[in-house]
Amino acid sequence: MAEIKLDVRGETCPVPLVEVRKALRRAAPGDVVEVVGTHPSSKKEIPLAVRALKLELVSVKEEGDTWTIRIQR
Amino acid sequence: MDHPDTAVTESAAAPEEMEQPAAEKATIVVQSGDFDKVQSAFIISNGALAMGMEVSLYFTFWGLMRLRKDSTLDSGPLSKMHMFGLGKWMIKRRMKKAGAVPLERLAKDFKELGGKIFACDMTMAIMGVKAEDLRQDLIEEYCSVGTYIEEARHSIITLFI
Repeated sequence: MAEIKLDVRGETCPVPLVEVRKALRRAAPGDVVEVVGTHPSSKKEIPLAVRALKLELVSVKEEGDTWTIRIQR
Repeated sequence: MDHPDTAVTESAAAPEEMEQPAAEKATIVVQSGDFDKVQSAFIISNGALAMGMEVSLYFTFWGLMRLRKDSTLDSGPLSKMHMFGLGKWMIKRRMKKAGAVPLERLAKDFKELGGKIFACDMTMAIMGVKAEDLRQDLIEEYCSVGTYIEEARHSIITLFI
């Protein structure tokens, strides 16, 4: 199972959400997508998208202004 | 379109397919050619696509003029405070500083995530615009109101911008 890393630090709406979706489309079932970013709303909205897509939210971590979200396809 | 009988996998524990057979739909009329409104249409669309919805954009009237080959997506005036271009120049500069991506990039992402663009054929007749005058790389289909209504009646989000 592959792990896909995505860096959207400094990117703003709607790029983090869109890039996550693109990565999830590329991922095979079981793959993990790890996205790191700084856009505040995306920290809340990426988990909403994960739920809407019926995928698994593995973790959401935050360190200062930077968050890291892991999603399993 | 996925064929349900071929999409079935042998393992019951396999994660669900991302593309559901009947995805929720957003249908948006883009009547305005104003720079900021076209920008809003694409941001909303890309958010909806990213969250698993299907999106159709119906470009009509001034909106359709932004799909002319001799125009650019971002060539419209600002809907307010355009001030002969000064307001737009200021907003574009601030958008760049804030990290907002250009319209052309939003449109590229829109297509990549499976969004569809429809062009109003009556507008084309009124404005004397032919299909070859338009951005055929972006346009999926040429249609009129019936196609829009048929799609809008099955959509959970409909907007007129």
